[in-house]
Amino acid sequence: MSNYTADKIPKKKLLSLQLDLSKFERATDAEKEQHETMRESTTFFRDGMHKLFKNPLAVISMIVLVLIIATIIVAPMIVPYKYSEMITIDGRRDKTAKNLAPLTYSVNEQKAIAAGQEIFPHIFGTDELCRDYFIRVVYGARVSLSVGFFASLIVLIIGLLYGSIAGYAGGRTDLIMMRIVDVIYSLPDVLMVILLSVVLDQVLGTSLQGTALAALGSNMISLFIVFGLLYWVGMARLVRGQILQIKTNEYVLAARAMGAKPSRIIRKHILPNCMSVIIISTALQIPSAIFTESFLSFIGLGVQAPMPSLGSLANAARQALQAYPYKLFFPAIGICLIVLSFNLLGDGLRDAFDPKLRR
Amino acid sequence: MSETTLLQVKNLHTSFFTDAGEVQAVNGISFNLDRGKVLGIVGESGSGKSVTAYSLMRILTDPGRVTEGEVLFKGEDVLKYSEQKMHSFRGSRISMIFQDPMTSLNPVYTVGNQLREAIKIHTNRNPKQVRERALEMLQLVGVNEPEKRLKQYPYELSGGMRQRVMIAMALACEPDVLIADEPTTALDVTIQAQILELMQDLQKKMGMSIIMITHDLGVIADICDEIIVMYAGRVCERGTADEIFYNPCHEYTKGLIRSIPKFGARHEKLVPIAGSPVDLLNLPAGCAFASRCDCAMKICLTEHPEEIRMNDKHIAACWMNVKKVYDEAKEGEKQ
Amino acid sequence: MSQTPLVDVRHLKEYFSVKSDMLTKLQLKAVDDVSFTIEKGETLGLVGESGCGKTTVGRTLLRLYKPTAGEFYFDGNLITDDNIAKYRKDMQIVFQDPYSSLNPRMTMGDIVGEPLDIHHLYSSKAERRDKIAQLLQLVGLNSEHARRYAHEFSGGQRQRVGIARALAVNPRFIVCDEPVSALDVSIQAQIINTFEELQEKLGITYLFIAHDLLVVQHMSRRIAVMYLGKIVEIAPADEIIYHPSHPYTKSLISAIPLPDPNAARERHRIILEGDVPSPLHMPKGCPFRSRCRYATAECAEQCPELKEIASGHQVACYHPQG
Repeated sequence: MSNYTADKIPKKKLLSLQLDLSKFERATDAEKEQHETMRESTTFFRDGMHKLFKNPLAVISMIVLVLIIATIIVAPMIVPYKYSEMITIDGRRDKTAKNLAPLTYSVNEQKAIAAGQEIFPHIFGTDELCRDYFIRVVYGARVSLSVGFFASLIVLIIGLLYGSIAGYAGGRTDLIMMRIVDVIYSLPDVLMVILLSVVLDQVLGTSLQGTALAALGSNMISLFIVFGLLYWVGMARLVRGQILQIKTNEYVLAARAMGAKPSRIIRKHILPNCMSVIIISTALQIPSAIFTESFLSFIGLGVQAPMPSLGSLANAARQALQAYPYKLFFPAIGICLIVLSFNLLGDGLRDAFDPKLRR
Repeated sequence: MSETTLLQVKNLHTSFFTDAGEVQAVNGISFNLDRGKVLGIVGESGSGKSVTAYSLMRILTDPGRVTEGEVLFKGEDVLKYSEQKMHSFRGSRISMIFQDPMTSLNPVYTVGNQLREAIKIHTNRNPKQVRERALEMLQLVGVNEPEKRLKQYPYELSGGMRQRVMIAMALACEPDVLIADEPTTALDVTIQAQILELMQDLQKKMGMSIIMITHDLGVIADICDEIIVMYAGRVCERGTADEIFYNPCHEYTKGLIRSIPKFGARHEKLVPIAGSPVDLLNLPAGCAFASRCDCAMKICLTEHPEEIRMNDKHIAACWMNVKKVYDEAKEGEKQ
Repeated sequence: MSQTPLVDVRHLKEYFSVKSDMLTKLQLKAVDDVSFTIEKGETLGLVGESGCGKTTVGRTLLRLYKPTAGEFYFDGNLITDDNIAKYRKDMQIVFQDPYSSLNPRMTMGDIVGEPLDIHHLYSSKAERRDKIAQLLQLVGLNSEHARRYAHEFSGGQRQRVGIARALAVNPRFIVCDEPVSALDVSIQAQIINTFEELQEKLGITYLFIAHDLLVVQHMSRRIAVMYLGKIVEIAPADEIIYHPSHPYTKSLISAIPLPDPNAARERHRIILEGDVPSPLHMPKGCPFRSRCRYATAECAEQCPELKEIASGHQVACYHPQG
């Protein structure tokens, strides 16, 4: 290449180093392989779960939620009262059991205890209709969680379907579908719920009685319907956005080059990759649904009495706020705990699983 | 330390403390930079070259931290400067240009705005003087129609033009040292040639020192006076351009040179370096390159090679050099 | 050699409609009348800078984009929208970015096995497993890597999986779309060698698209140089390197950074003034004339056609340089 010559190494200096010559033999391939170790294999999922459990807030929220769910399931088995049951002593209504403070007994109940009967304590006291408040709160939590869960499920299914079709089809289909979404987005949701519940009440009226849905009441049905009609748009937009983004990845192009059909591409390549974002969004949707339900119940448009929900309990407690503050306290704490835990869990999930945030 | 030595880096160690563990990005590198010289730092991804630059400028982001070492600029340890002092140091004594001109210019401010900001921060000129200086800089870097350009936004300029603006911003305060972190990697070959010519021109005109960081051996061969080859956060070799290319003394450097396709040698098969780049989370004992090295010896797996001075222009850290001397001595004894 | 070339592209055009504002629609002429042939077992290198359309050529050949005009004859058969499904097994593509070309949710084995699944190329699970193992070994990977996920591997290893995936259907023609640009230098050599070995063993024809001329001239028998959607010069690799004729090719060759200090010092760089014009507003005539020192009035009138100036060496220029 050139006639460049380097100066020679000062030999004397190196020769004077005391070195063990045996070390200068060639290393075998086996030794070289051991030199490098490959990190142990983890999937994306395990990696994310690992991260999730390192997040203290997320772990606390998970514990809280597990406790709440456990309570909801177990409590009705332990506590002998039903949510609509008015306290009775020996078969007769106990009128003195009205508005008891937590962990106190009514006059009649005390007499009965003195006489040897065993009466389960009223952990949260009773309400103005002599019903055990604890079990009502537990049931209320059950209703709120179920509503939150099912409403989110509706949102997920409709939003996912709609968004994936719009996202994958692209072009005019996408354009039209998204404009419909824009229109729906601008409709006022609370107003719609009110209107719908009034309309449904009149339309369905007595036809629901006797069916399973009767217990829920027409208000709840209208709530689910409104969720199905209005609230999926956020999810649809999210899914569409994800799909548009994933479509640009070269592995989708590679699948097309292989001859894969669109259904296979959506199923195997696109959906699995947006799953984490969708799950996170759903996790954050649940508290929003619960909150909406609570709010509607609070203004009187929620579940039909006697079925409690945390919101309706809070509403009922509002009137007696000065005299019996604890009645508002318990359902309010319930709502706060559930909503906060889901939010923190959702945040934790996002930090752990969102590929964009990886370091 | 001689009069002309501007920057002295001594035993720099930088690590990133991530969730997965400590990523040892830089593991004890030392070098000097003389006034008016161009130093090239060449290495592949994971070699620690960019991290070194970021450590010098102290712009490492969390979770990165300098864990050991000194950076002496004109005798003072930059790593010990207060934040206050660093503000006046960065951009005016040492400045940096980055790889991707699209993301290193703020898209919501005009070019003129950003250029003037660079000037305003470090000098005491009034607005009129600032604008004049900005125009001066744009002309210096070869941007045509400078008045028009001042009002334009980054997206309106081409890649080469944006990189010129970056250079103008970096040189506005006449720094002593310019660090260029892969400045031409994102540019087309013909534009790259323009920018490299520009940098060489400016260096002659303004007399500053340049640290050129790149993975492209061709770019290094062209403009650098002295070259450092890095692997796994350590210096493999350090020497003049001629020494490194015509007398490589480290197996990694030799491997790199053998593995690049050359003009006209189409029918020679390339000799790649086996294996994959080292995992910085699990740095092995001894020489980090040993498991990929054809000539690896037992000592390479256990002891890290010391830096051996090959001649007054060349230092290499490879046990093969020691072995060669012993072999030659043995040959000599036999005869 | 009077055999039909395996790949015969004639007057390929790919125009994209782009909205420049609410009302005006502009045409982005990504590929503007490109023609070339590739013989069986040969490698044609396609070089050019960003925006020249080389990636679009590769993807349009595989009908990942629908061509605006032009014909593609594969082994004498005209490829259309109707019969492309049949030919999917004969032509494949390897992408540039090893990070986005593999599905992060699939194991390496599944990624390589997907083409086998789509085309039903096995009769039992064991056969599928064996085929996948064979393919992985063919590209220099360990068969037990099949269980692992993409994020556990380096760029070079992922690129090998991409190659294995392309090989799964035994294609005769592979479009290599900048396959080594995103890799470290030491890994590039490994992958280049892998491509060459596969060509020797299996006789695959390559269209090798890249912007790094050093890599392209190493791999290719012939090279085509593109600028703003047109081929400006096409010739055997040695001709392009030592006797470039088009002014753009000349400046491209002179701008390549050489890893050799003496050569770098002695070489005279031809620096092109100005920037590449926007492909949305192409000037009339030769696309290169705005940066060409030899441009005359003739160059502004009409775009020059490819003309043969020496055996196998074609240039599209009114002033080809010696």
